Amino acid sequence: MRRDVFQAIADPTRRAIIALIALQAMTPNALAEHFDTTRQAVSKHLRVLTECNLLKQEQQGREIYYRLDVTKIKEVDQWIEPFRKLWESRFNQLDDVLITLNQPDN
Amino acid sequence: MNLTMDFSVDRPGKLITIKRPFNAELPLVWAAFTKSEILDQWWAPKPWRAKTKSMDFRPGGHWHYAMVGPAGEESWSLGRYQTIQPQKGFTQLVNFSDADGNLDNNMPKSNWEVDFSPLDNGSLVVLQITFDDLAQLDALIQMGFSGGMAMIMNQLDVLIASNPERWITTASAL
Repeated sequence: MRRDVFQAIADPTRRAIIALIALQAMTPNALAEHFDTTRQAVSKHLRVLTECNLLKQEQQGREIYYRLDVTKIKEVDQWIEPFRKLWESRFNQLDDVLITLNQPDN
Repeated sequence: MNLTMDFSVDRPGKLITIKRPFNAELPLVWAAFTKSEILDQWWAPKPWRAKTKSMDFRPGGHWHYAMVGPAGEESWSLGRYQTIQPQKGFTQLVNFSDADGNLDNNMPKSNWEVDFSPLDNGSLVVLQITFDDLAQLDALIQMGFSGGMAMIMNQLDVLIASNPERWITTASAL
């Protein structure tokens, strides 16, 4: 199964988990309290997110805390890059067209 | 004039906003976005080219065009104009389609608002592109926005340096 940042953000619950963990590291129990789904379901999402390398686990005493790995989230930025590039190419071409259209004899 | 493009993604709003100044008077820029003979000159990033089959620029009208690749491959789209305020802006629904203009409902669709305003020495265009859900945008990007364009995109420049701080903020709003 696909395990990358896009798989990670494809699910709304996982996006919500990312949003929560982005603010502070959290335990699975603390996270589960934010959702109506079962603890098992949250655990499954945490496993997917971990396999997608978006989360890091930290042992603090008896508790495991999950925190966001920001380097992976940056891949989302790169993911949007082709779309940005498309518009940039388009508009650069439009600049040239506008120059042509601006010629008095045109 | 600094012709830098401003590109921002609003995930909760499923919205991409693109702002770009142009070094030309507003009526000219307006024409470039609303006349097919001009659109065909710049809409497709080279070596692709845009080919308009038909255009009817009025509310309820459409722009039916293809992106044509270097090997002759075609990717058709149909934009349906919703509202038009001459020299100010227009809105349109954009779908992938076939050569006969039948919508491809399996493909991502988007809702566009294009606004034009005059600047001291030119014009500003603001595009707001909304997607039904970001998974659709994901699909769009994965296929390189328009059929085989992924190949071209893969050759593009090194990615801009990312700003981690920005992503923490964005992630918290995902």
